[in-house]
Amino acid sequence: MITLGDYLLVSGILFSIGFAGVMLRRNLIIIFMSLELMLNAANLSLVAFSRFRVDPNGLPNYNAQVFVFFIITVAAAEVAVGLAILVALFRVRQTTDVKDISSLKF
Amino acid sequence: MNSILSWIILLAPLLSAAVITLFTLRWKTLSSSISIVAVLVSFACSCLMFAHSTAAAIEFTWIGISGVFHVPFGLTLDPLSRTMAVLVSGVGAIIHIYSLGYMRDDEGKSRYFAALSLFMFAMLGIVLANNFVMLFMFWELVGFTSYVLIGHWFYRDSAADAANKAFITTRIGDFGFMIGILMVWIATGSVVFAEIAPRMSILAGHPLFLTIVALLIFCGAVGKSAQFPLHVWLPDAMEGPTPISALIHAATMVAAGVYMLVRVAFVIQSSQTALLAIAWIGTITAVMAALIATQQNDIKRILAYSTLSQLGYMVMAVGLASNDAAMFHLFTHAFFKALLFLAAGSVIVMLHHEQDIWKMGGLSRRLPITFVTFVVGALALIGCPPFSGFFSKDAILALAYERNTPIFTVALFTAFLTAFYVMRLLVIVFFGKPRSDIARESRESTAVMTVPLIVLALLAALGGFAFFARNFLTLPVEKEVAILVPVLAILALIVGSGLAIALYRNRAHDPIDVEVLRHKFYFDEFYSWLIYWTQELVARVSAFVDRWIIDAGAVGGSSRGTWGIGALLRLVQVGNLQAYVFLFGLGVVAIIYFAVFR
Repeated sequence: MITLGDYLLVSGILFSIGFAGVMLRRNLIIIFMSLELMLNAANLSLVAFSRFRVDPNGLPNYNAQVFVFFIITVAAAEVAVGLAILVALFRVRQTTDVKDISSLKF
Repeated sequence: MNSILSWIILLAPLLSAAVITLFTLRWKTLSSSISIVAVLVSFACSCLMFAHSTAAAIEFTWIGISGVFHVPFGLTLDPLSRTMAVLVSGVGAIIHIYSLGYMRDDEGKSRYFAALSLFMFAMLGIVLANNFVMLFMFWELVGFTSYVLIGHWFYRDSAADAANKAFITTRIGDFGFMIGILMVWIATGSVVFAEIAPRMSILAGHPLFLTIVALLIFCGAVGKSAQFPLHVWLPDAMEGPTPISALIHAATMVAAGVYMLVRVAFVIQSSQTALLAIAWIGTITAVMAALIATQQNDIKRILAYSTLSQLGYMVMAVGLASNDAAMFHLFTHAFFKALLFLAAGSVIVMLHHEQDIWKMGGLSRRLPITFVTFVVGALALIGCPPFSGFFSKDAILALAYERNTPIFTVALFTAFLTAFYVMRLLVIVFFGKPRSDIARESRESTAVMTVPLIVLALLAALGGFAFFARNFLTLPVEKEVAILVPVLAILALIVGSGLAIALYRNRAHDPIDVEVLRHKFYFDEFYSWLIYWTQELVARVSAFVDRWIIDAGAVGGSSRGTWGIGALLRLVQVGNLQAYVFLFGLGVVAIIYFAVFR
């Protein structure tokens, strides 16, 4: 029997992998993908919550799933904007390495 | 009828002042006539009211905040105020008429008479006021008119300065007076004299409070009656026209301080400490002014210092808890000092505004009427029997002899000095040879000036006799022990006069030269120094606060603080994206920790 804890464990592992990617990788595209991973880890836990919260009428509580749809939508828009910024940045700097992007540093 | 009468006394001069200022400034003769008619109406009504001892005045509510603060607009009509009203309006009337001659060719004659009328209104207001608020209002009003009239010739710097000095110096005293009035009101809940008097017993258990209140109220008199240490304005006030010196700065306004002290005697006499302080201040003023007067060379200044000295006597009498003696001397002094000033004014006019006594001399032949009247005034001033000053001064001396021997000694010495400086003045101005061409060619004044002199001379000569003065005043009771006093007083008078005559006969220059007296004990220099350094101190403290606390602290501090915090915070901007992410993550963890686990 798969419990809520198992789902949350997987979700936590996914989130940690994503966060580690953001923290450690230097390539902006990889960082971007890791961000998506973190978003989807959150989606996974939300769907799990939805499944394991059963209302008195026997149906699952769909509030969390509505949330997930929103996150997917916003993430799609965010990807479009983020990738556009990346392309623009690459055109100017000829690089996607975060070490080279430090103009705002004091 | 009677109730309207007493209001006419007060309102006639006000009406005159208003009419002159609003309508007739251009017609000088008309203005002066209006003013004189007004003062004569006042005088007539005062006399009528004096005759009808049952007179009462209608009272209005002026300020009424129910249960908290009630100020009526009413008149006190007791023997004291009725006598003062007759005295003020009478001397005022004489001086109005005299002014016609003195100010004959003056450009600002209308302005002068308007101010004179306003002064009569204010002064009679002080005399008749029945509460502290009214008294204080009129008190300030006489201060204002005094300012206007001292500065009548405002285009002369000395007159403008003297006007400012008089106004500002008396303000210092008035400030204390105002606080005293407020304290009385807080303590008794009333400002009306007749209501406060019975309530004074509430305060009987607070001697310190009573002393402070009495001394604060006395502050007002110190300013207005030019007592030490605020006496410096009065000699300078002689820059005004001579009738003003006679009316305001000798006979009436400066006596208002003494009158006020007598009026509120129920407060003053409730504290023995305050009485003693008042008596000593009067004594110090009397002897100090007399000492200074012996070395002055300006005829009006000598008279001004003698006024100070005589006011000192009156305040001394108040301090010795005898209102009768104080009022008696005020009464006689008003006549003989007004007379002396007007006679001096006559001399000054005939010498084309020369006031230095060393440029006069031998005037007894050229100005016979002025001379005779001046001598009468002088003899009254030095207390020569049987002139009026003898009786009133003797009353004060007897009082001092009885109650306080040190004060008596000083007062006697002052009497000696008075005789000395008055005789000096008399000998230099009227005897010997003329010391300048103007003095040689002078002529007697016109009747409009000599008639007031003669009237005042009669009053100054006879004013002290009991049969005359009794009608106006409660005379101080003569005591048996006082036999010694007149003998000593007359002795002081003879010695002083003899010394002055021996020293100053046929002199062209002053044989005595005491620098400290010529410089009036350096009071003006000391006050200039004091004011300079007070101002300097305040300025330096303000400059320090402005430069270091406001500029460097508030303005510079916030700017430098912003800079400093900015410099610190920009160290956080390391430029490494992943460092930001790490810090962000730490922040989230911290927030979750605090939100969930605490």
